Amino acid sequence: MKGIVISPEKCTDCRLCELACSYTKTDGFNPKDSAISVLSFDEVGLQVPMTCLQCEDPHCMTVCTVNAITKDEKTGLVKVDHDKCIGCKMCVSACPFGNMTYSPRLKQVIKCDLCEGTPQCVAICDTGALEFKELDGFLKKKQYIAGQFKEAFEEV
Amino acid sequence: MRGWTGKLIRVNLSTQSIKLEDLNMDDAKKYIGGRGLGSKILYDEIDPKIDALSEENKLIFMTGPMTGTYASCAGRFNVIAKAPLTGTIGAANSGGHFGPELKFAGYDGIIFEGKSEKPVYLYINDDEIELKDASHLWGKNVFETTDALVEETSEGARVACIGTAGEKQVLFSTVMNDKDRAAGRSGLGAVMGYKNLKAVVAKGTNSIGVADNTAFQKAVLDARNKIRKDPISGIGGGLATYGTQVLANILNEAHSFPTRNSQDTVFEGTENISGEYLTENYLVRNKACFACNIGCGRVIKIPDGKYKGIVAGPEYEAGWSFGAACGVDNMNEIDKANHVCNMYGMDPITMGSTIACAMELYEKGYITKEDLGGKELKFGDANSLLEWTEKTAVRDGFGDILALGSYRMAENYGHPELSMSVKKQEMPAYDGRAIQGMALSYATSNRGGCHVRGYLTSPEILGVPEKTDPLVTEGKADLLKIFQDLTGLVDSSDICLFTTFALGLPEISAMLRGATGLDYSDEDMLKVGERIWNLEKMFNLEAGLSKEDDMLPPRILNEPVKSGPAKGKVAELDVMLEEYYQTRGWTEDGLPTEEKLKELAINKRL
Repeated sequence: MKGIVISPEKCTDCRLCELACSYTKTDGFNPKDSAISVLSFDEVGLQVPMTCLQCEDPHCMTVCTVNAITKDEKTGLVKVDHDKCIGCKMCVSACPFGNMTYSPRLKQVIKCDLCEGTPQCVAICDTGALEFKELDGFLKKKQYIAGQFKEAFEEV
Repeated sequence: MRGWTGKLIRVNLSTQSIKLEDLNMDDAKKYIGGRGLGSKILYDEIDPKIDALSEENKLIFMTGPMTGTYASCAGRFNVIAKAPLTGTIGAANSGGHFGPELKFAGYDGIIFEGKSEKPVYLYINDDEIELKDASHLWGKNVFETTDALVEETSEGARVACIGTAGEKQVLFSTVMNDKDRAAGRSGLGAVMGYKNLKAVVAKGTNSIGVADNTAFQKAVLDARNKIRKDPISGIGGGLATYGTQVLANILNEAHSFPTRNSQDTVFEGTENISGEYLTENYLVRNKACFACNIGCGRVIKIPDGKYKGIVAGPEYEAGWSFGAACGVDNMNEIDKANHVCNMYGMDPITMGSTIACAMELYEKGYITKEDLGGKELKFGDANSLLEWTEKTAVRDGFGDILALGSYRMAENYGHPELSMSVKKQEMPAYDGRAIQGMALSYATSNRGGCHVRGYLTSPEILGVPEKTDPLVTEGKADLLKIFQDLTGLVDSSDICLFTTFALGLPEISAMLRGATGLDYSDEDMLKVGERIWNLEKMFNLEAGLSKEDDMLPPRILNEPVKSGPAKGKVAELDVMLEEYYQTRGWTEDGLPTEEKLKELAINKRL
């Protein structure tokens, strides 16, 4: 199973991922309508891109009363059917990571759909902060990132 | 509307009134945006003869039609006003995130007129625009102001503001945005300070569309692929790996690294202030501006002292001005002085160069210990950098004199010839004697001593797009005209000049056509740059400048280089300048002819 693997230590805060995402999915460039967002922690010199983790047991799916959210067991993708969605925003509240958002402008929820297997945020990222790859060894990587955070925050 | 939002905000600070205006599309088509469009508005609306620090001056923030899109490094904006430091037209651009946010709020630009009685800031949140009291922010530095404004307005808001230096009208104060990005040169922060405008805060939720999606996507992808493979701006390239300071060793090796107020052109301590040294000892990570895939920005660690922490690192020019220009090879102290410039909002090029000039004035006995409050000020004294930079920001003691820049300071002590400036603005980190084209570039720049109006270091030293001999004068006028015109187009598109290491006129034109729908040929696009250059020239002439101001410091014209490939050389300005005026289609006194103005469709004011 492939997923978007994030290496915050490589992120330069350029926001090209946000632009590529919104331009692919909407009518123009708009970071507020992007399914990926970069969080800045300037004090420790760290930027963290955040996007849907395509959870095994997605809370957004559990709380959806109209079954608009489904999980594809093969690809792992958690998908929103916008025709079924009634815009109640329960999923936005349910996501523990804040990776499901709602665009008042588009009047719909915004969530990463992995662009049919070629995520455009990854395609535009030149630094290696975003990669789309098999999730083997993912845990090891997480430990490494956690270690980096620890080091950075201890200094402040 | 595509590319442009089509809307401008006009704020009269004297009457505290705000109104929206439609963008004049004829002007937008002729001047594109950013530096070009802002300069056109300024030229039309103010008398160039006015005092830069007067109510008549206007302060314009202007984005470009690609600002906020994913075109490579298109996150910039320009600040335009008559410049306090030079008395010329002043335009300075900056990256970061402020420009795109203004666009997302729905506006191409803002025009500030008059002067507010009390400190205010402008808050823009989509359709909601208001002037708010900033009394509680007056006296706060750039970082404090930015944090306070985000806290009291809206999460995710972007702030452009002045620090203490702008408030106190230091003549080279900057407009800072996103804490550590600067519209750095010309002293535009002082105009903002004079107007009692502490900050502009923007937040927006609108989308930016382009005219021709297919053409735009293709042009941007082509451009990005070119940048990716470029040895300077590309992945793993010089700028990403070492930051702009990668230039220190290169320029020093070419013996064109102005040292100790340009008394030398090679600095023995360069290794300790190089990009390589900074990377190895202080770099935490790279930081990019909005939509930038180059990422030359440095996040560094200051390991000791009262500024200990993680901060923005110096650019090449700042590393040089506090470094070689002052004879200092202590990177840590340079980092601190640069940080203080960001914190209070000052241009580190002029700050470092002015300290360097003061060092020479002191060593020659023109400035005394008494003038300095009982202190010495000698080349190589690393500890003096921080002290005098801090004092300049608040105009304390001799800092009040330093706040005038090197020309007015040196003139004050009877030796203006020791100021390494053109039109009273300090020349940056390339010696015009060892790079003849840069000498011409400095002399003819419409905003005084400046490297980013016609960066001939690129062909003359870096060999981009093709290597030319830096010691030869022949052909430099033609080359400079092309560079100046292309830079005008780049600054009006509000993309970063660093893209031009990899991109040329065809790539930039293609992106602009896609974004705006303008059916201009590449030549038409370059003509926009030429139009801007001539308009700026007209502004300066009407402001009272003349051929005599297209001049270099006597040292660069008369004192030969002591060593290296340019040994024995001085800047051969006369011959290049004559050729340059001809190439420009100007008279031998450097005046644009009636035919030239007609050709460029510039309406001369009567």
